[in-house]
Amino acid sequence: MSIIKELENRILVLDGAMGTMIQNHSLEEEDFRGERFINHPCALKGNNDLLSLTQPNIIKEIHRKYLDAGADIIETNTFSSTSIGMADYQMEDLAYELNYESAKIAKEVCREYLKKTPNQSRYVAGSIGPTNKTASMSPDVNDPGFRAITFDELTVAYREQVLGLIDGGSNLLLVETIFDTLNAKAALYAINQVKEERALTIPIMVSGTITDASGRTLSGQTVEAFRISMSHIPILSIGFNCALGADQLLPYVKRLANKSNLFVSAHPNAGLPNAFGEYDQSPEEMQDLIEGYLKQSIVNIIGGCCGTTPDHIRLIAEVAKKHIPRNPKILSNA
Amino acid sequence: MPKKKRKPLLLSGLEPLVISESTNFVNIGERTNVTGSRKFLRLIEKRKYNEAIEVAREQVLGGAQIIDVNMDEGMIDGVQAMTTFLNLIAAEPDIARVPVMIDSSKWEIIEAGLKVVQGKSVVNSISLKEGEANFLAQAAKIKKYGAAVIVMAFDENGQADSLERRIEICKRSYDLLVKKVNFACQDIIFDPNIFPVATGMEEHRKNALDFFNATKWIRENLPHASVSGGVSNVSFSFRGNNTVREAMHASFLYHAIQHGMNMGIVNPTLLEVYDQVPKELMEHVEDVLLNRRKDATERLLDYAENVVSVKKDRNKQDDTWRKENLKSRITYALVNGIDSFIEEDTEAARKEANQPIEVIEGPLMDGMNVVGDFFGAGKMFLPQVVKSARVMKKSVAYLQPFIESEKNEGVQFSGKVLMATVKGDVHDIGKNIVSVVLACNNYEIIDLGVMVPPEIIIERAIKEEVDIIGLSGLITPSLDEMVYLVKELDRQNIKIPVLIGGATTSKAHTAVKMAPVYKGPIIHVNDASRAVAVVSNLLQKDKSLQYILKIKEEYEEFKEKFLERTSSKTYLTLKQAQENALKIDWNNFTPTAPKKIGGISLLDFPLEELVSYIDWSPFFRSWDLHGKYPEILTDKLVGEQTQSLFADAKTMLTQIVEEKWLIAKARFGIFPANSIGDDIEVYSSEDRKNVQVTWLSLRQQLKKTKNQPNIALADFIAPKVTEIKDYIGAFCVCTGFGSEEKAKAFEEQNDDYSSIMIKALADRLAEAFAEYLHHKVRKEYWGYALNEKLTNEELIKETYKGIRPAPGYPACPDHLEKKTLWELLKVEDEIGVKLTESLAMWPAASVSGYYFAHPEAKYFGLGKIKEDQLLSYSQRRKISLDKARKWLNPNLIED
Repeated sequence: MSIIKELENRILVLDGAMGTMIQNHSLEEEDFRGERFINHPCALKGNNDLLSLTQPNIIKEIHRKYLDAGADIIETNTFSSTSIGMADYQMEDLAYELNYESAKIAKEVCREYLKKTPNQSRYVAGSIGPTNKTASMSPDVNDPGFRAITFDELTVAYREQVLGLIDGGSNLLLVETIFDTLNAKAALYAINQVKEERALTIPIMVSGTITDASGRTLSGQTVEAFRISMSHIPILSIGFNCALGADQLLPYVKRLANKSNLFVSAHPNAGLPNAFGEYDQSPEEMQDLIEGYLKQSIVNIIGGCCGTTPDHIRLIAEVAKKHIPRNPKILSNA
Repeated sequence: MPKKKRKPLLLSGLEPLVISESTNFVNIGERTNVTGSRKFLRLIEKRKYNEAIEVAREQVLGGAQIIDVNMDEGMIDGVQAMTTFLNLIAAEPDIARVPVMIDSSKWEIIEAGLKVVQGKSVVNSISLKEGEANFLAQAAKIKKYGAAVIVMAFDENGQADSLERRIEICKRSYDLLVKKVNFACQDIIFDPNIFPVATGMEEHRKNALDFFNATKWIRENLPHASVSGGVSNVSFSFRGNNTVREAMHASFLYHAIQHGMNMGIVNPTLLEVYDQVPKELMEHVEDVLLNRRKDATERLLDYAENVVSVKKDRNKQDDTWRKENLKSRITYALVNGIDSFIEEDTEAARKEANQPIEVIEGPLMDGMNVVGDFFGAGKMFLPQVVKSARVMKKSVAYLQPFIESEKNEGVQFSGKVLMATVKGDVHDIGKNIVSVVLACNNYEIIDLGVMVPPEIIIERAIKEEVDIIGLSGLITPSLDEMVYLVKELDRQNIKIPVLIGGATTSKAHTAVKMAPVYKGPIIHVNDASRAVAVVSNLLQKDKSLQYILKIKEEYEEFKEKFLERTSSKTYLTLKQAQENALKIDWNNFTPTAPKKIGGISLLDFPLEELVSYIDWSPFFRSWDLHGKYPEILTDKLVGEQTQSLFADAKTMLTQIVEEKWLIAKARFGIFPANSIGDDIEVYSSEDRKNVQVTWLSLRQQLKKTKNQPNIALADFIAPKVTEIKDYIGAFCVCTGFGSEEKAKAFEEQNDDYSSIMIKALADRLAEAFAEYLHHKVRKEYWGYALNEKLTNEELIKETYKGIRPAPGYPACPDHLEKKTLWELLKVEDEIGVKLTESLAMWPAASVSGYYFAHPEAKYFGLGKIKEDQLLSYSQRRKISLDKARKWLNPNLIED
């Protein structure tokens, strides 16, 4: 069944955090290096995306835990896998391979589950992060016209990532944690280019980030301005993730749901970080808050971002079953 | 089949711009264009980008909804200039909020622009000039970058110069875009070429008319497409004669919009208001535009020679307007707030009219409508409007005896509005301003004044059959009065729309506490400029229902959001909060003993001492002029108005001081005191045996982040157990004696401007007096800060030691403390300031509070408190729980 048909029938569940799960393994520098990068010139600890190459079994295990918990869509371990993100580890050249392998791993795990339950589809969403540079803001307060990255540089990097993700077997592409809309426009530009060249129809999910109570993205756009800026290319869904807990994110998702004729997604954090930077919202608390979303029928895809675990996703999947999805066609004129 | 709804054109900067059927006309700013502005060109050439940014800012502040940026000049590196400029304005949120129009005839400049804007912009422009292949390739790229596009009516054979060619090219372009590129049809905007008229060439005679008809054809035949154009081209032949150009632009725009042009580039400084163009001139202009006569061009050229272009200079004293006709003189006087000739002009108008009432319905109302329009369009500011009203009232007062002797039926008003400050409250500056503004817009105002009991409001509302009830209040108990009144209206099944305004009111309170208990419409309107729009929406016959439903929905949603937000906060029990009190290290602090214990009165304090202590920013704020003094005086938008208001205020202030219009009185004292828990005991003498009064302080209960205390005012006073001899002060100052009489006298002369002015100044003097007295107390009477040397600015910023919180304000929202203060200082007996039943002070220009001297004492907001503290408070106050709930209601957590 196509994902569009599925979305018309039920609420799909996206997985939870990758980083939190990796932390639980308390990996050390040598674990990150593995055999292959034993002589790499710089420290690699913290390069989570690299684990797809050096510790593929750990990543597969995390994917399995989320599928066991009831996730319909799992995200590839590629949030930072662009040549831009990898520059910090002097691994620019690995960008394509990282995306290809991460997508392949995720796809393999989905196939395992398809054998167990042939009637249930599982989807691999190629995760495309914002990179660590912004195209419409200056990192230098004394030089507001300066840009650390250009649209063209982003397009080149995203293109490489997208090719890897598609070749590795992703079913969807998820442009997420968008804090600068111009970065996301470059990602969409690259995706569109690849799709045209190869005559592909892979669906695109877009997910922005509202950074604080001002209700705007980091680059200053309101919810509505963000939605309009992402309206030029056909996409499957639009939504928000990260930065806020489910309760703080609710009004913005609602605003989006009120105006958009696309499917709507949300994958909030497990609350706001406490004084130690940890997320301590329990699965039960988050379930309650998410049920608030479901009761109002404002989402089609629901999942978790920072701090969420398979236990969170299990409880979210439980309530998601009990509710009907939002019908985006109500707003045909939006 | 019903006509399909037009899809809106959606654009964005940091904020959305929705151009739909209900959008009248979108104005595109054109000053950031090197081909159109010499000044901008010079700035870009010299790389003075900071100043160039200011040009963009002025455009947006001036009302441009999109800004057109063009860098097409031979001497400039266009790609680099476009990139730099757009990057720079991206860092200016007040500019970047609007979408950008990337304007160039060079594709590489357009593409450079598209690569640096995060919002959905507009490309200006592409065309079939270089053939289909090129056109399609560019359009496909624009689509991928995510922008709308302007298409020029231009093809391989040149620019479209007739109606037929315009239609042909636009249709062909549209079909290519929609069918071959799959371009969203609502993202297509046509520019069907605005060409000059009256050039003397036969083939140019139909230029304007063809544009109008092409526009109409596009809007009817090319679904969802928009039409735009650069208006100033049309008057090219009249360069140097701005009067003719302005008239021509006004007329062209009027007709183009009628035909469906929904956006365009118009230079606002070269635009006259359509209805203000002299009739004869307009006739000549329209003969040309609409091609109505064979000799139209010659006639306009002849006529234009006699029209002297007048440079507008409003700063100069200029009496030329006295030579205009009567109607224009009256309008001019109203718009400019000049009352020196109004009686003379009114008399002339009365003689011309059949009945005196016609003067009001005719020239006066016409003039006030102009004022209303300017105000609505942001071209006039509040103080100007109040001055206009003064002129209007003078004229009406002059006519009154004539009207009465004719026993006329009266004026036709657009609606009747009842205005009142609710029971227990005496503050009315804001209410009066709203009344004046509404009166200017032809609403009849029934002003019931201050301290109006709910029964009277309801009785008068019914009797007078008012259309709207406006309620105002400044102190917190007024909120409950309003809730009570609204419930009462609902109980009696009255559904008259209610407007809520005043300093403590809020959209949140209106939405959460009032909207749910009233079946009629209820709207929070906190600034005078919005009042007119709200009232007119409410009273529009065909559309009001829709508006009311929209408001109801909006408030319902707002309420939900608000409750969602507040429910997430956690609160401590009173006991937990007390355990987390602010702990001052009393062992290392010796309080300073005052020179004298007990009350002191100042009965006729010299006002001139207070003038330099005035904080002007709140004064301007009360006139809806927002900004910080003194910077606001040079503000680009409101600076001129602020200066003029400031000059009037200073003139009156001099009179107040010299002619002693007001009497300033104060009562204050410092007393021995110690805290016990959250209470502060005040003793009659230094032996600390006899408790004269007890202050009850309230403690913050919101759960704080680590190491942040839950404060109560009692924390700033040494606890009794420490046996440290601490002190507390209390004061009441008033500069309102005389203000009410003076205000009434002004009102009798129909001078609301001065009436509001005297009250606003009295308020400022009271605050200044409080500041002055606090200063003296610190340095002399109490003397704990002998070495303090502060400038007035530092005083306003409150950089000194110690605080003077006031009951009824955030640190101590409990108004009942005022009763204790009155008892301790015998305020009413000593200086005559009274408390109303809601515990507002009368005269209104009064300030009262406590003095705390400890250096760690600081201002804070109590926030919400829980039921346990309410119970403890009611027991300590010795009042019933219900009564306590009534007084502390605004601070109780919602259940």
